[in-house]
Amino acid sequence: MKPKPYMNPYLAGFLLGLVLLATIYISGRGLGASGAFKSVVIATVEEVAPRHAENTAFYTDFAAENPGGPWKNFLVFEVIGVLVGAFFSGVLANRTGLKLEKGPRVTNTVRVAGAILGGALFGYGSQLGRGCTSGAALSGMAVLSLGGILTMLAIFGGAYALAYFFRKLWLK
Amino acid sequence: MGPLVPFIVSEEFSLVLAFFLGIGFGFILEQAGFSSTKKLVGLFYGYDFTVLRVFFTAGVTAMAGVLLLGHYGLLDTSVIYVNPAFIKAAILGGVIMGAGFIIGGFCPGTSVCALAIGKLDALAFVFGSVLGVWGFIESFPLIENIYNANNLGQLRISEYLGMSDVAFGFLLALIAVAAFVATWFIENRVNRRKPDLHPFQRNRYALAAASLFVVLAIVAFLPGKQDVINMRIAEAKRQQSCVFKEIAADNLAQEIVNNYYTLNIIDVRTPEEFEEYHLPMAINIPFEQIMERQYEPIFRQRLKTNIFYADSDTLVRMACLKAKYIGKSENMILRESTHEFREMFTNLEHPAADVSKAEHETYHFRSSAVQKMDDLVNALKNIGAPVKREVITVKGGC
Repeated sequence: MKPKPYMNPYLAGFLLGLVLLATIYISGRGLGASGAFKSVVIATVEEVAPRHAENTAFYTDFAAENPGGPWKNFLVFEVIGVLVGAFFSGVLANRTGLKLEKGPRVTNTVRVAGAILGGALFGYGSQLGRGCTSGAALSGMAVLSLGGILTMLAIFGGAYALAYFFRKLWLK
Repeated sequence: MGPLVPFIVSEEFSLVLAFFLGIGFGFILEQAGFSSTKKLVGLFYGYDFTVLRVFFTAGVTAMAGVLLLGHYGLLDTSVIYVNPAFIKAAILGGVIMGAGFIIGGFCPGTSVCALAIGKLDALAFVFGSVLGVWGFIESFPLIENIYNANNLGQLRISEYLGMSDVAFGFLLALIAVAAFVATWFIENRVNRRKPDLHPFQRNRYALAAASLFVVLAIVAFLPGKQDVINMRIAEAKRQQSCVFKEIAADNLAQEIVNNYYTLNIIDVRTPEEFEEYHLPMAINIPFEQIMERQYEPIFRQRLKTNIFYADSDTLVRMACLKAKYIGKSENMILRESTHEFREMFTNLEHPAADVSKAEHETYHFRSSAVQKMDDLVNALKNIGAPVKREVITVKGGC
């Protein structure tokens, strides 16, 4: 079966805005994603290298601020929901299936290496910038946060500035 | 009144709601095409501006919604989480994220979506992100200075620019609409398509944009909850239609001595004046803060009578009126001012021997009331104070 077409972007944006508004109304803060990654990292390190976690200020500070542990976190549950919701949508639209998506001129290895490197940069930057495209940029825009809007401009500005140098990854 | 966490919805239950909100988030991101890296990077090469459309529409919708809910007092915008502005970290982190975006083709939220429908490149991206976060944590001591530099706090861009929230809302909405139009032309040129928009579709877009501005105009020009309350109070004052139940000082003293537990004695003067002298068993709710969320339960409960007092007659009446608009509690005002109460009870002087019997009785009543009230205050000094509801500012974080 052919995949169904995507939703009208403005309609999708409007619905996404309503979800974001509901999140702010219920919890007082916006959506996010990279916070869940942080919980994964902290939980893993605490499990694998408890000694190291006990002796490093970042982990002990995090534990002090989050007495419920890294998993008892709004963003962790939200991201589990994202997995479920996206899967649901993919099934409805016939878009599921194992697939490696890449630009027409790159090999699978290059694509995977690029994704890991890009992910690492994004992960690093999201911690430094206190939020990613959802947590800082989108949610920040909704509450008119100066920090969030600056981060948004830096993300998209940075990507535009570098787009030319990485065009071979994506274009014909 | 929102946010519902933590007073109406517990922290624990909010996690369950987070799951369902996440489903909505993931579903819409996937429906919009954010699970495809080609669609995402299209933004940066000009052939597909879906990301900008979805992103900007969502941001502007939520912003208008927040302003509207705040305007009608449904959402307390003073406690919602505003991402703090650490200028250096925000810009440096943002540029690093931008590099990650163009090299990896995803951002964290969209990579999770793509992973959910089986994209292997998204799996690699998520793996990389976890490594990146870990790298940040381990290298934290090295960059702690940058991370914490230039902290401007939870600053709104509207405050920074010195304009009102709704004025900036208009500006942002204008930028969004202009960007939608401009990118439509760019996209057509890059893809060598003829601009083609069905009039029906065009009208619908125009209507959607217009409704956004209508919402913002409502916030900007129609009276909000606070304005309505103030207007009603002014109206009631003008027509003198409001009846205040008054209580005399002696009766109040009698009530305090015998039924202190059925009363909330509320001092609406400033904290300094309250500190200087206040009635026995009184609590302080300064007039300016009377509408604050933490005091709402006092004006909503129906077990105790609220008794207001202040130095000036107008102030106490205004406070009582405001309280009437907040909740359904029984409200009364003390007929005497603070000074008069103090004169009558604290600065008691033994009457001369030749005054009437009634005056002697009054003296005895008052002096024994003072004694009893003092005893009460001493006995109850710990439990008499209201439970302080902390104003909780929501913690965020990504």
